[in-house]
Amino acid sequence: MLIAKKVEKMQPSGIRAFFDLVLGMKDVISLGVGEPDFVTPWQIREAGIYSLEEGFTSYTSNKGLYKLRLGIVRYLKNRYGLVYCPDEEVLITVGVSEGMDLALRALINPGDKILIPSPGYVSYGPITELSGGEPVYIDTKEDGFKLRPEKLKRFIDKKVKAIILNYPNNPTGVSYNKEELSRIKRILFGHNILCISDEIYGDLTYDYEHTPFPTLGNAKAHTLYLNGFSKSYAMTGWRVGYVCGPKEIIAAMTKIHQYTIMCVPITSQMAACEALQTGRVAVEEMKREYKRRREFIVDKLNALGLDCHKPQGAFYVFPSIKKTGLNSLEFAQKLLKEEKVAVVPGTAFGNQFDGYLRMSYATSFDNLKEALTRIGNFLKTIRRKK
Amino acid sequence: MDEILEVLEKDARTTAEDIAKILRKKTQNISAAIKKYEKDGVILKYKTIINKELVRDTDTGVRALIEVNITPQKDVGFDRIAERIYSFPEVASCYLISGTYDLLLIVEGKDLHTVSRFVSEKLSPMENVKGTVTHFLLKKYKEDGVILKHKEENKRIAISY
Repeated sequence: MLIAKKVEKMQPSGIRAFFDLVLGMKDVISLGVGEPDFVTPWQIREAGIYSLEEGFTSYTSNKGLYKLRLGIVRYLKNRYGLVYCPDEEVLITVGVSEGMDLALRALINPGDKILIPSPGYVSYGPITELSGGEPVYIDTKEDGFKLRPEKLKRFIDKKVKAIILNYPNNPTGVSYNKEELSRIKRILFGHNILCISDEIYGDLTYDYEHTPFPTLGNAKAHTLYLNGFSKSYAMTGWRVGYVCGPKEIIAAMTKIHQYTIMCVPITSQMAACEALQTGRVAVEEMKREYKRRREFIVDKLNALGLDCHKPQGAFYVFPSIKKTGLNSLEFAQKLLKEEKVAVVPGTAFGNQFDGYLRMSYATSFDNLKEALTRIGNFLKTIRRKK
Repeated sequence: MDEILEVLEKDARTTAEDIAKILRKKTQNISAAIKKYEKDGVILKYKTIINKELVRDTDTGVRALIEVNITPQKDVGFDRIAERIYSFPEVASCYLISGTYDLLLIVEGKDLHTVSRFVSEKLSPMENVKGTVTHFLLKKYKEDGVILKHKEENKRIAISY
């Protein structure tokens, strides 16, 4: 057999065909996009261009530019009072995606269990399996898509090594306040379970201050904090993320990183330095804009009869379409064909999320309005057919 | 700045209902606030930014930036003479500036000749105007925060996780 068994076993995304359908169509309003609709703020782009003009085209140290690591450490200190050592406790990665891959590969021994509250980001399960671990999904749909501490307890046994938290969450936008996180923390650390905390949407939290997991009491020693520039600074294509955590784990991850990636492209790292220095104003402005769109889309969807939780962060909503009688894929396909609006079927995040859709409000207000009008028309047609 | 103003400054067509929705307030309160802003002169006008270079059948006219040196007057400083100048309909904008001259005007006219005539016949002869320098505008790249270009194409892929 040509292809490795582990990879052969990996489930390709079940909705590939749907994606291809979208890509082939014109004039579609897409609520299916997982990245900001803003372009990277100009001064950040300019810093990238300038670095090229100045001839910064070489490798950087494996861990990433010291200047960038220092910038991240200072930012975390000023913003959250979180203190990491730039030499030993920070690694610059190709987005959070690489950080997650490295973390799982560095930690998992064959048979280790990794807890994954679901729905969650699509890569967690497959990468866990590829690393020889066993993903254990904790379905949160009965609990408003929040991980309930009592439920978490039921999934814990000796084989559980870590949990992957992602808040605000992709695809639901759900997040947790400090008290909720503290309760989760107590259970995890009582059982010596490591927390891999993907907080890429942390800056896009609307109703309260975001609480990074490592800021909770003694959590820093048991937490890998993953973050990056993609979502908050609208820098998805630059691919810059970072991991902060205990130095032994960072050292282990750095070993893999140096043999596989070597380092993050220097242009991107230079641009990220600029983002930390001058990008906050733009982040706050984008955040205000997302917040307004959130109010609008949640209101409209509920008014249209699609039950929708109000998410606390990110730029996604995860409404239920169960009342329509259609399954996720049917709904998405028909909506695309009849009204030219693209959404992501809930099944992209696991078969148990049939009956839901992920809609992204990272699109202009005008687009959002038009899309919701079209969805309204679509719902009318279905009701008539019934 | 009040968020209502922030929203309207971006898109003056946003309805009171929509503003109420996105700011989670009552529509009638938003309408009342807007009315008050209008009455108090906070909101002065709603206008459209048109890229006239793309409008074929319109006389786009010419614009000039004019530096004006003036002699301030007792008690009223620059204000009275400024008022005399900005009251001309040709003057689209008028600013008092620090530096080597006093007033900066943006003057609009249907052609070069009209603008020159305004300067030589109306502006320069005024008693307190000591001198003027006229710069004709050649091309507009950006105005009031809006880049005057064709709508940019969407560069994102339509579906991504």
